[in-house]
Amino acid sequence: MSNALLRVESLRKSYGAVEVLRGIDFSVRKGEKVALIGPSGSGKSTCLRCVNMLEKPSAGAIWLEEERVGVRASAGQRERLMSDAELAPQRRQMGMVFQLFYLWPHLTVLENVSVGLIKVQGVPAAEAKAIALEMLEKVHMAHKAQAYPDFLSGGQQQRVAIARALAQRPKLLLFDEPTSALDPELVGEVLNVIHELADEGRTMLLVTHEIRFARDVADRVIFMDGGVVVEEGPARELIQHPRHERTQAFLRQISP
Amino acid sequence: MLLRFDTILAGLLQGVGVTLGVTFGALLIAIILGFALALLRVFWPSRIGAFVIDAYIELFRNIPALAHLFLIYYGLASVGVQLGSVTAAILGLGLIGGASLCDVFRAGFEALHKGQREAALAIGMRPSQAIRLILTPQALRIALPPVGNYATQLLKDSSIASAIAAPEIMFFARSLVTSTFETTLIYVTAAGLYILMSLPIVFAVRALEKRYAGGQAA
Amino acid sequence: MSMIGFLQPFAEYGGEWAPRMLDAARITAAISLWGFLVALGVGALLAALRARKHWLPGLLAQGYINLTRGVPLLAVLFLLYFGLPGIGITMSAFVAGALGLGLCFGAQMAEVFRAGLEAIHRGQREAALAVGMTPMAAFRLITLPQLIRIIAPSLVTTFVALLKDSSLCALITVHDLMLEGRALATEYFLPMHIFLAIGLFYFAIAWPLSLAARVLGHRLNRRRAGAA
Repeated sequence: MSNALLRVESLRKSYGAVEVLRGIDFSVRKGEKVALIGPSGSGKSTCLRCVNMLEKPSAGAIWLEEERVGVRASAGQRERLMSDAELAPQRRQMGMVFQLFYLWPHLTVLENVSVGLIKVQGVPAAEAKAIALEMLEKVHMAHKAQAYPDFLSGGQQQRVAIARALAQRPKLLLFDEPTSALDPELVGEVLNVIHELADEGRTMLLVTHEIRFARDVADRVIFMDGGVVVEEGPARELIQHPRHERTQAFLRQISP
Repeated sequence: MLLRFDTILAGLLQGVGVTLGVTFGALLIAIILGFALALLRVFWPSRIGAFVIDAYIELFRNIPALAHLFLIYYGLASVGVQLGSVTAAILGLGLIGGASLCDVFRAGFEALHKGQREAALAIGMRPSQAIRLILTPQALRIALPPVGNYATQLLKDSSIASAIAAPEIMFFARSLVTSTFETTLIYVTAAGLYILMSLPIVFAVRALEKRYAGGQAA
Repeated sequence: MSMIGFLQPFAEYGGEWAPRMLDAARITAAISLWGFLVALGVGALLAALRARKHWLPGLLAQGYINLTRGVPLLAVLFLLYFGLPGIGITMSAFVAGALGLGLCFGAQMAEVFRAGLEAIHRGQREAALAVGMTPMAAFRLITLPQLIRIIAPSLVTTFVALLKDSSLCALITVHDLMLEGRALATEYFLPMHIFLAIGLFYFAIAWPLSLAARVLGHRLNRRRAGAA
């Protein structure tokens, strides 16, 4: 447990009377790739968004290495949620890739990737540009460095968004259904890029509905349903021989 | 006829400086005020603040400009604050414009997907950086065409300043009537002058709209 | 100056001001309504011209709209009331005011109509023709009811703008609320109080209408979001 990079403990989240997460526990070791799968509405995306506090948990704790994420707990005082400003240094350590990319349309591809380096990390502009180009190279988008996002295909935009997350040199990469907004023929290029990053030994937590991809890339798979973890285990084993009835039903349904 | 037209045109041209001064002075106030209030209204989670800003907007948008000008020019003078007519016009139209443009800028911010801000926070930006580097440039781009349209509106509305004796085009038009009696020609010429002055703004707005038309696709 | 001291003239003269302002407000209401009617007519005419297949009517309508977009209402009012007598056309201040408002806001109205027509899918009309309606019946039974619902919020907003601008008619001697305000201001020498009262008088009419327009707009957006 002590070599875990990310620990999620008894995570709960409610919207009003609706409890979306009902006590989630799991951890991710350094260099490990973990896939969160489950039917829509199972809470897997909410869970991922709680990790970097884009969604504020109602209860529970997130630990990144030895640091408590999003909560300021000074001795003798009550715990208090951090503001977005206080969260900035912690979020910097976690790169996030969104379902709808969210590239900034007023900035070029290169600027999208380098703005964080320059403005958040204080890297000199020339150096930031070099790093950004290197990251774009990794996702095979360096040739579009000067283009604006609106002129790129969805798959290209998502690859740039991955480069943007890489550029912040994160300890952990979070993927929130990175291919589910893409046309089918564009899914492959994005999955290939993620696969290549996985092979580099990066730590990843990814929410996905691409079960085959999860099986091939992830070390471990966590199956969520109804706001709880139903079953977790080594990727191949869980997907090929699910033990729990709900997992079996889910997998049967999506891979006829 | 031609000679008289020359006299009339020369007379009206005396007012062009004040017309443009009132228009751009008010536009400047309106843009700065409107943008500042929009920032507060969108990002400052204060109920009282929101109430005060909304009250200002409703009061300035639902009362005739003329009433505001009379209040600022005659009303303030009666309690000892004597403003020049041009100053009063710039101030009054600027305050009204601030209310209108606050809504325009606010709509610009609200048109942005919340993911834009989330993506900025996710790479470790502070909220203030997200506003400055990511949200504001996009909101301004959306707001540009309506702000341009408002500028043409302001150019026309500046004519109201003649009611508090600001020496702009309509003011000179009225004084020319008493000296030349060519009433029809005077007002047609004045109207033509306004159209001429609004053309550069109209074309600029159209060019900007065209330039950004592709940029809002996603 | 204390708040009580400032409010005192309202208590003292309010009884004399109120009936005079109410009387003048009737003129404001009348000229706004007449102006609005003219604007509706001008707007409908412009929209009809634009809808013609021949290029000339459309060009004329567009020319008119562009022209009025650049000309201040005040210039139009002065031209109608002070200018036209120079070429032998005279009319009362009230008629000049209503006509001026209608001519200027007619262009705005044409834009409202166009936006509304563009929001109705052309398949609606085609479907009506397909079931055998005449073009006139298709317009009356299918297009018009939808159009009215879609443009209702914009119509109210346009009316509020027209109501506010009707105050300019005071400058061509129409005896409306604003002119009464100026008269009272000179008479009592309390311009601050008078114009505050006048401003709030307009506000009391305009604000509820603005709110109504907003409610109508929200309702419309919800319905369309629901339909989509």
